[in-house]
Amino acid sequence: MIVAELSRVIVPNPWFCRKVEEMSGDKVSVCFQCAKCTNGCPVTFAMDIAPHRLMHSIQLGLRDEVLHSDTIWVCASCETCNTRCPNDIDVAHIMDTLRQISQGEGIRASQSNVPIFHSVFLSSVRKHGRVSEMEMALIYYLKSQGLTGLLKQAGMGSRMFIRGKIKLIPTPVRGMSQVRTLFRKAEEKR
Amino acid sequence: MNVSYYPGCSLSGTARECGESVEAVSRRLGVELQELTNWSCCGSSSAHVTNDMLAVALAARNLEIADRVGMDLMVPCAACYHRLKLAEKELLAGKQIEGISGMYKGNFRIKHIADFLWEDVGEGTLKKKVKKHLGGLNLVCYYGCLTTRPPKVTDAKRPEDPQAMDYLMKSLGANVKSWSYKTACCGGNLILTRPDIAIKLIQNILDMALEAEADCIVTGCPMCYSNLDRTQKEISKETGKKYDIPIFYLTELLGVSLGEPSAKRWLRRHLTDPTLLLRHMGITQ
Repeated sequence: MIVAELSRVIVPNPWFCRKVEEMSGDKVSVCFQCAKCTNGCPVTFAMDIAPHRLMHSIQLGLRDEVLHSDTIWVCASCETCNTRCPNDIDVAHIMDTLRQISQGEGIRASQSNVPIFHSVFLSSVRKHGRVSEMEMALIYYLKSQGLTGLLKQAGMGSRMFIRGKIKLIPTPVRGMSQVRTLFRKAEEKR
Repeated sequence: MNVSYYPGCSLSGTARECGESVEAVSRRLGVELQELTNWSCCGSSSAHVTNDMLAVALAARNLEIADRVGMDLMVPCAACYHRLKLAEKELLAGKQIEGISGMYKGNFRIKHIADFLWEDVGEGTLKKKVKKHLGGLNLVCYYGCLTTRPPKVTDAKRPEDPQAMDYLMKSLGANVKSWSYKTACCGGNLILTRPDIAIKLIQNILDMALEAEADCIVTGCPMCYSNLDRTQKEISKETGKKYDIPIFYLTELLGVSLGEPSAKRWLRRHLTDPTLLLRHMGITQ
C-alpha cells in the first residue's frame, strides 16, 4: 500500500485573507499563481517565501508563516510586482499591510533592523518636519547594531562629512503643529 | 518660466550635489524655482510601511501648499515624486484626510525633473544654451524604480522603458547606450538595513552598465545616485573586481554641458571620482 506522505496538513482558513483584503483594499483572492511578480522581483534570492507563494499562503490563511516571514521585511518596495500583475493586485502594498499587521500584533520582525529603521526615520520627521539624515543614521545604527555597529560607519561618515554631504543642523519648518496632528490622527485611525 | 519646487530632504544632505546642480541648471535655463514654503518630508519609504493614512497625509500636506501657489510642481527625487503622485490620486478621488483642508483643487501638474526638462523646457532651449557637447561620452540612463512604477500612480507612458533622460542626454551629444537595467532596483534603504542585499543589486547594475560599454551612469534619483556612488570601493574590496564607474545625477552632466562654473564644486562631492573621465573625454579641463 502506498501511503502519501504529507509534511503537514493545511486546513484553509479564510479569515486571514479577508483581514488582509479589508485592510489593504486589494483583492488577494484573485491571484491565479502566474508568478509574474516573483519573476520580476529583484530580491527573491533573499526571501524565504517567493511573492506568488506568499499570495497563495494568504489565500490559504497561513497567518504565522506569512507574518513571521523574511519576505515581508526584505521586499524593497520597487513595485515591479504590481506593475506587472495581470490581475492588478498591488503586491507591494500587500507587503506593507502585512508589515503593519505584524507590527500591530507585536510580532518580532524576522529582520529586526527594518522596523527599527522606519521608526527612527519617522521619529525624525515628527520632530523636525523633515528627516535629519545624520540624526536618523546615528540613532538607527546605535539602536540596531550598538556602539560597535555605529563605529563601523565612522569611515563612511567621515568621507561624507569631508565632502559636505552631512547636514548638521536641520532647517526649521513652520507649521510643525500640523505635521504632529497628521501623525496623531493617522495613529488613531490605525 | 516659473515652477514650484519640492527639493526633498536628501538634496541638502547626502545628495547635496544633486540639489546644487538642479538650482544652477535651472538658473541657466531661465527656470525660476519657487521652493514650497515650509515643505515637509513626503513620508518617503518609511510612512507607507508603517501606516497608510500617514503616508498619504504627509505627502498631501505639501500638495496643499502647492495647490495654494497653483504652479506646476517640479520634483527632483524619484521617491518624493512617487509619494506626491500617489497622494495626488487620493486627493483627486476625494479622500478626506484629518488635518488637511478638504479644498484641494489640484489644477497643477507634478513633474519629475527629467520629464520637466524634456517636455516643458524642451530641446530647443537646451540646444541654444549648450556650450560643451558631450561628444562620444558613453553612458547609460538609469531611472530606478519610482519615477515610473506603478504607471497607474506615476502616469508613466513607458514604465518599463522610459525615455526622457535618454532624449536629454542624446541632445547634449552623449552616446547613450541601450541596456535592460534602466528601471532595475538599487535596493533603496536596504543599504542600511540589509546592505548585503543592496550591494548585490548595485553590483548587478554596475556590471550591466559595463557590459553595455558605458563609461558612466546617469540617474534621476538621488537615492540611486548615492547608493551607486558611495558603495563602489566596498564592492571592489569584497569581490576583488575593481569598480570605478562615475555616477551623475542628470543635472550635473547637464550643468557641465551648459558650462556652469560651479560644476567643479559638485563633482568634488562624489565618492567615485568623475573628474578624470570628464577630463579624459575633453569635456572639462
